[in-house]
Amino acid sequence: MIDLPSTVKISFRALKVNKMRSLLTMLGIIIGVGAVIAMLAVGTGARQQIAEQIASMGSNLLIVMPGSTTSGGVRMGSGTQPTLSMADSEAIIREATSVAYAAPVLSGIAQIIYGGENWSTGIQGTTPSMLNVRDWNLSEGRPFTMEDVRNATKVCLLGQTVVDNLFGGIDPVGQSIRIKNIPFTVIGILEEKGQSPNGQDQDDTIYVPVTTAQKKLFGTSFPGMIRIIMIKAKGPEYMDQAETQLDELLRQRHHIQPGRDSDFSVRNLTQMMQTAEQSTAVMTLLLGAIASVSLLVGGIGIMNIMLVSVTERTREIGIRMAVGANTWDIRTQFLMEALALSLIGGVLGIAGGMTGAQAISAMAGWPTIVSPMSILLAFCFSALIGVFFGFYPAYKASLLDPIEALRYE
Amino acid sequence: MALIETKQISRIYSMGDVEVKALDNVSFTIDKGEFVAIMGASGSGKSTTMNILGCLDSPTSGKYLLEGMDVSKMGRDELAAIRSKKLGFVFQGFNLLPRTSAIENVELPMLYSGMHARQRKNKALEALNLVGLAGREHHTPSQLSGGQQQRVAIGRALVNNAPIILADEPTGNLDSKTSVEIMELFVKLNAESNITIILVTHEPDIATYSRRLMKFSDGHLISDTTRGMQ
Repeated sequence: MIDLPSTVKISFRALKVNKMRSLLTMLGIIIGVGAVIAMLAVGTGARQQIAEQIASMGSNLLIVMPGSTTSGGVRMGSGTQPTLSMADSEAIIREATSVAYAAPVLSGIAQIIYGGENWSTGIQGTTPSMLNVRDWNLSEGRPFTMEDVRNATKVCLLGQTVVDNLFGGIDPVGQSIRIKNIPFTVIGILEEKGQSPNGQDQDDTIYVPVTTAQKKLFGTSFPGMIRIIMIKAKGPEYMDQAETQLDELLRQRHHIQPGRDSDFSVRNLTQMMQTAEQSTAVMTLLLGAIASVSLLVGGIGIMNIMLVSVTERTREIGIRMAVGANTWDIRTQFLMEALALSLIGGVLGIAGGMTGAQAISAMAGWPTIVSPMSILLAFCFSALIGVFFGFYPAYKASLLDPIEALRYE
Repeated sequence: MALIETKQISRIYSMGDVEVKALDNVSFTIDKGEFVAIMGASGSGKSTTMNILGCLDSPTSGKYLLEGMDVSKMGRDELAAIRSKKLGFVFQGFNLLPRTSAIENVELPMLYSGMHARQRKNKALEALNLVGLAGREHHTPSQLSGGQQQRVAIGRALVNNAPIILADEPTGNLDSKTSVEIMELFVKLNAESNITIILVTHEPDIATYSRRLMKFSDGHLISDTTRGMQ
């Protein structure tokens, strides 16, 4: 029986004899593997981005928004009328057992000024719980306290984008900025978070105590009015329960009769993000599946060429058989050739796919990630293709009649 | 015990409805160290005999004993193993691997008998030396003359220390001068290394190099004569 190094040597020599043909045969596999790698990289990149954005939003998030209200028979659009209050937020913390944190938010857009610079950004009036809800830490300074909220002090936390636009290298903590011409002291800087899942810059924001926002910055149509309530459930398994509890509690507090529409709505942000992630996963799979069709075509190309090669080299097979090669020897020789074609094609395809992924990143601006798993998968898959499509030609070669093979012209 | 013994071997080819008896109840023995020439017109059964003796084909009926082993009922891989250990082939058309150096052509049988690379190389060099091709190890068949190619083929046939060399019209593609050289090489191998040589030819002067002459006609062995020592 022939040894492995000799088999490999014979196969490579045979491939070298027809360099162009070998290269063209490999091209099918190169393109197939390259496409699979690149498509999986695009899909994985998209998933990773969404996963990061979900993480940056904070986990187990629920959001209570004002719903539609009916005023004198006229139904107003959802979210147009403020219906939530500070008292609602406090009641949620007190009574909804599945809720870990709840933070009221009253927001608006305002012009801010520091020295000669000015910038327009979203101001969020909230409570210290907001940082817990959003899993958001400070990179510098201190958060405001419940004391600040009670006293409606004029302090603020700045997002990184705001810092970048107003302070050119100056440490903002302790500085005074003007929001709607009212001076506020900067007491802390929020850590950089990047984009939200819907593409907003999460760092372009300023947090102030909710009471300060109510009294000094934005007018309210009723005392204690807030826009939304951000909620963090105690854990992923509490999400459904929290949703039910919020719904029941707020309907009761807002005196809504059974059968009537709520004047608020509860949204499960985490779930929305997960749905997005799942659809990306499906897309990745689909792209991968389409790409593997070309891999299959490449495999058929290998089989085709191997069949031609067996016919061309019938006499060689006869000679080998005459000098003692058995079925196994002949079979391994041709199988090794098919395997070499597909594996070299596979490796080149992996390199091509990685380059392709980078090109996609550079040109389309999509994040792409070539995972080690996809490389391993592509490599194993091309080996499998080599063995699968190489087997029939090798089998055919091994069963040739030595006498006829020797006579073959 | 005879090296080769055939007991009433027949070989029948079926071509559609027609059955052709290429070989019909042939029995003979060949001892170790013999030099046998097989002659006959085309279709006489001499090639079929060679194929069966060479374990490339099996008889339809009858027994073929090689060193006492019944090889007539063996499968493909068992026959391949016998070819690897016991038999060397020399063909009319040389049948060397193209684009492959002389030494690698000679190494070929050892690849399949499972020998180490270093040992393969040494034995191949030895064999090339024996057939008078020292210094031409790295020439490919296209760079060698017909006679030289046939010498490479003979080197390949004896490199595994096979006790039997089967030569099928080994001088058919060579000019008369080169034919003589090749035949003298066979005689030398037969005399010095005690290798049994069985030769198929249709040229009477080539057959004179052998000591025993078997003539075939219509699938029958019609004459089997041994000359006295020359």
